[in-house]
Amino acid sequence: MAKVLHVFAHPGRGASRVNTAMWRAAHGVEGITSLDLFALYPRYAIDIETEQQRLLDHDVILLQFPLFWYSAPALVKEWIDLTFEHGFAYGHKGDRLKGKSLMLAVTAGGPQEAYGESGYQTYELRTFLTPFEQTARLCQMKFLPPYVQFGALTADPAPHALGFVQLLEGLRDDRLDRARADKADVLTHDTLPLMEGAPT
Amino acid sequence: MTDFLLLAFLFLVAGVIAVPIASRLGLGSVLGYLIAGIVLSPLLALLHVDVISIQHFAEFGVVMMLFLVGLELEPRLLWAMRARLLGLGGLQVGVTAALVAAAALAFGQVWQVSVAIGLIFALSSTAIVLQTLNEKGLMKSDGGQAAFSVLLFQDIAVIPMLAFFPLLALPGLMSQGDGHAPEGDHGATLSLVDGLAGWQTALVTLGAIALVIAMGMYLTRPAFRFIAQANLREIFIAAALTFVIGIALLMTMVGLSPALGTFLAGVVLANSEYRHELESDIDPFRGLLLGLFFMTVGAGIDFGLLAAEPVLIVGLTLGVMALKAAVLMGLARIFRVRDEQGWLMTMGLAQAGEFGFVLISFASASSVLPPDITPRLTLIVTLSMMLTPLLFILYEKVVLPRYESLEPREADEITAPSHIIVAGHGRFGSVVNRMLLSAGHETTVLDHNAEMLERLRVFGVRAFYGDATRPDLLHAAGIEEARVLVIAIDDKHRATELARYVSEHYPHVHITARAMDRDHVYELWGAGCRDIIRDTFDSAVRTGRSVYEALGAHPFDAERAARGFVAESQRTLRELAGLYDPDIPNHENVPYRDRARELLDEQAEQIRARGRGAFHERSERGWTPPTQDDVETLEANKDGQQRQET
Repeated sequence: MAKVLHVFAHPGRGASRVNTAMWRAAHGVEGITSLDLFALYPRYAIDIETEQQRLLDHDVILLQFPLFWYSAPALVKEWIDLTFEHGFAYGHKGDRLKGKSLMLAVTAGGPQEAYGESGYQTYELRTFLTPFEQTARLCQMKFLPPYVQFGALTADPAPHALGFVQLLEGLRDDRLDRARADKADVLTHDTLPLMEGAPT
Repeated sequence: MTDFLLLAFLFLVAGVIAVPIASRLGLGSVLGYLIAGIVLSPLLALLHVDVISIQHFAEFGVVMMLFLVGLELEPRLLWAMRARLLGLGGLQVGVTAALVAAAALAFGQVWQVSVAIGLIFALSSTAIVLQTLNEKGLMKSDGGQAAFSVLLFQDIAVIPMLAFFPLLALPGLMSQGDGHAPEGDHGATLSLVDGLAGWQTALVTLGAIALVIAMGMYLTRPAFRFIAQANLREIFIAAALTFVIGIALLMTMVGLSPALGTFLAGVVLANSEYRHELESDIDPFRGLLLGLFFMTVGAGIDFGLLAAEPVLIVGLTLGVMALKAAVLMGLARIFRVRDEQGWLMTMGLAQAGEFGFVLISFASASSVLPPDITPRLTLIVTLSMMLTPLLFILYEKVVLPRYESLEPREADEITAPSHIIVAGHGRFGSVVNRMLLSAGHETTVLDHNAEMLERLRVFGVRAFYGDATRPDLLHAAGIEEARVLVIAIDDKHRATELARYVSEHYPHVHITARAMDRDHVYELWGAGCRDIIRDTFDSAVRTGRSVYEALGAHPFDAERAARGFVAESQRTLRELAGLYDPDIPNHENVPYRDRARELLDEQAEQIRARGRGAFHERSERGWTPPTQDDVETLEANKDGQQRQET
């Protein structure tokens, strides 16, 4: 059993279909911690102590957000800026997050074909997420491939939300096949490398 | 005097004992009162009490009830009811009267008597039905509304019936009596229309109705405002009673139903800012009088007659009720009052009512009914009223469960429009209210400043006069259904008491309270309020931040310092809350004083040591680069990891 911290951030929830469906579905998963970051810090006054303790209490940190201009909504960045403090997460004596896993669950408006040299986004999706990957590396955390919904504006939210539940349960029960996952660039609801086995 | 006290005592004791028991057993208050009346009846007989005259007095409760019903009903809602009122009500009275009359004819009565009996049984009991519907919260349901339409029509129909009865007079009976004009029980000795020609009577009657409406629209507001300025509760109650009794009197004098008159007055006042105050002032009288009325109905049962002819009387009672129910059922179909709502109307209105008593005594006085029939009719009416609460129980236990299982529940996400009560509409409460309204919420505003309310009305703010700390007024404003109560009244002590009362009695209501100062925060917390806002704190903090900026602080630093100050202030507030004692002033409360000093000293110490307060340190955490030591370490291991900041 791994302790999963699910941090959800979307400033415009009314306009979001996929992220709202994921957030709702995640509520049915037992044994994980789910946070709505914008509900917790509507005025961006992040409580560093509380958030650092939360990180210490969990093994897997899963950040769920929509991609805004190739990055996370501002509050997620603020949360990382303040919580992943020097001397705590990195740097001198900064190894408190060592060995934990960081994973992203992002939604992208463009279709999968758009992300690549021949597409209009020019770069692979993973390229845009390298700041997060490097953050994890500097903090000696394992970075798992992101769980992605492409074409989020038109896609049916249901399968992705269902896959998200399976992902959360898989992370919780250590049933995500890390070896297979590491070979993938991104994970989608129909390519989740889950191991068989009864949940413990 | 002793007699009066004894009687009052007897009725009160009976009610006080029987009603709570009946309520606990789930029988409803009406049945409780009726049973109390039955238990009382031998005692009353022993004391030679004239139960009928008490009943006539108590019937005024029905008048008050219709006034209250009117207050709940805005004119446009009444207008929307017109099809049902005339169609459903008219058909119910007409068809039922015809069928009952036919049955009476078949039993060998002459046609005049049959028609009279038909009309008497066509009426239902406004008192029992409305009381029960209100108690069970069914008044707003479709079936409840349909039942109310029928009752209102019946109430209006009583007037022409009373005029019609003398025409049915039996020649045989007339010669027995002395033939003087019968005195109706509702007829007053004073009359404005006696001896007037038909058209004059009509003119006077219309004039009286116009007067009631005009008074309600134009006279009540200045009058009530004038009275409200005296700030004496009992005078306001007296004024409310004067108003209702005055209208009832006027209506009686022109030969109209007083219930109808007060109902109209109620409708006219439904939009008034004094509505909730009137409601809470009249309601206790209504409750007591109706209770008395129900007890007299119970006490009026002629057990001798019942024992002598049990089969006939019970059989006729059930027969009449079955017939009325059949008519109602048919009408429910026609007027699309569906499923359980149709059953509610059918079972609720199947009895005969208190206006039946009126018609019976009027009819016998007008020589319409032979003397041997009268007591039997009275008994049947009484018994059918007694059975009504049982029918309501049957409806709840048998009919309702059937329909509930069929109907899938609505999804939880769709919530009814949230009801919010804003207590106090001064400089503070008005801003809160405007914010709530602008977000599309419905609010009920209560304030006791009549002049200010008057001014607000001009701008279309819906606000009601009254002292929000009074439980009865809160009830009238709908605290039971409220989701949030905003306490924004000026009086610290009363605000605390209001919070205490609501958090104890209506724990489902979220209370957001304005605190005047630190001690008030503690008091409100102690009263059970968990959402407390210090009223000048936020603006003071903004002022402080403004000064930081004026002193040259970078705006973002000023913002962070202000946030830090708020966090620190809340921390000390919480810490000192545990030491606060409402009975000792803070400067005499030793542990409180000592800890407060310690906290101040701590801050002073930090300022001395670093030139800054404690909150500066707290607020400056974050966005900080690695320390100098660390940079040197990193520089030393060039092959190591890179700094985060580049």
